[in-house]
Amino acid sequence: MMEYTSLTALWWAVIFSGVYHGLNPGMGWPLAVSAALMEQKFSALPKALLLLAVGHLVAMIAILAPFTMMIWLIEKEYQIRIGASLIVIGMGIYLLINPKHPRYLARVHPAKLGLWSFLSALAHGAALMLVPIYLGICEIAENTSNPMEIGHAAAQNLMSNDLSTALLVSFVHTISMGFSGAVLALFVYWWLGLKFISKAWFNLDKIWALSLILVGAFGLYFSAH
Amino acid sequence: MNKPMKPDPTFHASPKLAMQAPVENFAFTIMLGKDASQHDGLAVIDLRKDSQTYGEIVHQVMVPTTGDEFHHFGWNACSSSLSPLSGHAFLERRYLIVPGIRSSRIYIFDVKEPLEAKIHKVIEPEEVFAKTGYSRPHTIHCGPEGIYVSTLGGSGEDGTESPPGIFIMDCETFDIIGRYEMDRGQQDKHYDFWWNLPQDYMVSSEWGLPPQFENGVVPEDLLSNKYGHSIHFWDLRARKNIQTIDLGENYQMALEIRPAHDPTKSYGFCGVVVDTTNLQGAIFTWWRGDDGTWQAKKVITIDPRPEDPENLPDLLKGFSAVPPLVTDIDLSLDDKYLYVACWGLGEMHQYDVSDPFNPVLAGKVELGGIARETNHPNGKEFLYGPQMVEVSRDGKRVYWTNSLYSTWDDQFYPHQEGGQMVMANVGENGGLTLDPNFYINFPENTRAHQIRLEGGDCSTDSFCYPSV
Repeated sequence: MMEYTSLTALWWAVIFSGVYHGLNPGMGWPLAVSAALMEQKFSALPKALLLLAVGHLVAMIAILAPFTMMIWLIEKEYQIRIGASLIVIGMGIYLLINPKHPRYLARVHPAKLGLWSFLSALAHGAALMLVPIYLGICEIAENTSNPMEIGHAAAQNLMSNDLSTALLVSFVHTISMGFSGAVLALFVYWWLGLKFISKAWFNLDKIWALSLILVGAFGLYFSAH
Repeated sequence: MNKPMKPDPTFHASPKLAMQAPVENFAFTIMLGKDASQHDGLAVIDLRKDSQTYGEIVHQVMVPTTGDEFHHFGWNACSSSLSPLSGHAFLERRYLIVPGIRSSRIYIFDVKEPLEAKIHKVIEPEEVFAKTGYSRPHTIHCGPEGIYVSTLGGSGEDGTESPPGIFIMDCETFDIIGRYEMDRGQQDKHYDFWWNLPQDYMVSSEWGLPPQFENGVVPEDLLSNKYGHSIHFWDLRARKNIQTIDLGENYQMALEIRPAHDPTKSYGFCGVVVDTTNLQGAIFTWWRGDDGTWQAKKVITIDPRPEDPENLPDLLKGFSAVPPLVTDIDLSLDDKYLYVACWGLGEMHQYDVSDPFNPVLAGKVELGGIARETNHPNGKEFLYGPQMVEVSRDGKRVYWTNSLYSTWDDQFYPHQEGGQMVMANVGENGGLTLDPNFYINFPENTRAHQIRLEGGDCSTDSFCYPSV
C-alpha cells in the first residue's frame, strides 16, 4: 500500500513538473503566440507548440536514457540514485550561483523552435529535474515485481520495463508541459492579449534552481529509505 | 546582482503597447565639449508637464576625461528582452552605454534615479582595441547576444588598417566579449545598424573612415565619392553579410537605418546626406522582395536652396547653394511618420510613410539653417540646424538638438557656437508645430547631440511581437 502511494505521488510529480515547465515563459509558450501573430494565421500557434514539445521531449529522453543504460550495465542502482540526486542538486546550486542564461541559446534561429526548446531544456536542467523522480519509479517497480521471477529473464524484463518507464515519464511530462503551455498561449492569443506576457512573467530563476535542489534532496531521501 | 521579480515595466511586447504606455518623464541628452579640450557629459532634462522645472536641465554628469566626443548612445536593455529566446527578461532598463567616437572610451551611466544619474563604469580605449581590433564605437543596440556596438574605425593609429565592424558586450557586466562578424563580405566602412529580431536580419550602413570625419568633412573625398554609399544586409544570428546594395556612388554618406518597428514588416529606410550630382538629400526605402533578396529604391529627394556665395561658408561658396544635408531620420512607433532632419537647410520634415514607397510630406518646421537662420517661435535664435531627432513613444512629441560633430559644426556654421534642444508637437492628422515654451540652451562650451527618452523611444527598442 505504501509503495502504491509513493508510486502515485511520483507520477503526480511527473505531471506537476510538466505543468510547471509549461507555464514558465522561459520554456517558450510566448514564442507560440508570436509565431501565430507573425504569420498572421492561427495554425502557426499549435505548430510552434508542437515543435517546442518535441524539443522538450527529445531532451527528456536524452537525459533519462543514459540513466536507464546505467541501471542495466552497472547494476548499482543505489549508487546511481545517490549520484543522480547529487548531480541534480549540483545543477540547482550552479544555477543559484550563476543565474546567467547561456549565450548560445540566443544564437539559435528564431524559427528553429524545436532545437531551441531542446537546448533550453538541457541548459536549464529541466530534463535533469525528472531523473530522481524517474529513478524512484524504477525502484518501486522493481520492488513490486514478482519475487518468484528470478534470473536472466527477469533482469531483461526489468530492463525493458525501465526503458518503457523512461519513455512514459518523458511523454507524460511533455504532454502536461505542452498542455499547460498551450492553455496559456491560447488565452493570451484569444483573450488576454500581448500585455499579459510582460505582466505575468515572474522571475522563476531562483525558484527553478531551488526546485532542482528540492527534487535532488527528495531523491537522496528516497534512496536512503 | 539581485534581479527584479517581474520584467521592467518599460519593456513592451509590441510597438503598439509601447505607444500606449505612460509618457516620458525625462530626457537624457549628450553634451559634447566645444572641442577636444573640453569635457563631455550627460544632461538630464525634466519632461514632467506639471513640474516647476519642466523643459530645464535638472541634472548633469560631466566625465573626468576630455576629447571623448560623445555621439550616439543606447540602453543596456530594451523591449527585445521580452523574447524568451534571449533569456534576458529580468534585466533592468537602467544603464546608458555612451561611447566616445574620438577617444574610443566607453562610459556606462547609471540612470535608475534620473536626478541622481552617475557614472557606473568606464571601459578604457585599450580594452576596446585589444579585444575587438576596432576603434571609435558608435551605435548601441541591445539584442539577443547582449549589447551590440558598431564602430567607425578599425585597428591602427587612424583606424584604417583593418575594416571597422560591430562588437558585443555582456549586458550585465559590460565586459567586451568580442567581434560580431563571422563573414563581413564587402563591408569595409560602418555607421549605423538595426534589425528585425523575429525575422533575424540586420541592416548596416556607412559613413566614412576616421580620417574622413575626425578633422571635418574632406571636400576632395566627398566630390570624388569616397564616403560610404552602400547598405549591408546580414543574417543576424549567423553573423554573416548576405547581401550588399550599392545605392550609387553619388549617394554619399548612407547614415541612419530605420527598420519598420512592427516585426511582421520587412522594410525600412535609410537617409543619405548628399547626392553629389545635385546636392539633394535623399531617403531610400529598402525591402525584401518576393524572391527573398533585398532591394532599395530612392523614395524622397530634398532639393538644395540657391544662395548667394557671400552668405555661405567657404566649403559651400563654390556651389552657390545650401545642401539639405539629411543627417538624421527617425520613424514613429506606428511606422506612420518618418522625421527627416535637414541640418543644412534648417528644416525638420515629417513624411507620412504609411505607404513606404510613396511618402507624402505631412509637416515641416523651419528653424536655424545655413544663411537663413530662422528664429524659434519664442523669438530667440536657433544655432546650426535641426539634427539629432527623437520621437516620443506615443508619437505626439518630437525633440531635436542642433550639433552634428564638433569639427563639422565649425565648417558649416563657422560663426556659431552652442548647444540647443527644442520640441515640436505633432497634430492629430500629422503636421508639426514648434512648442514656443520648450527651448533649452546648453551650458557654455558644450554642444548637444543625441537624445534618449526615459523608458525608451523610437530609435532604441526592438520588438519581438507584432502590433495587433
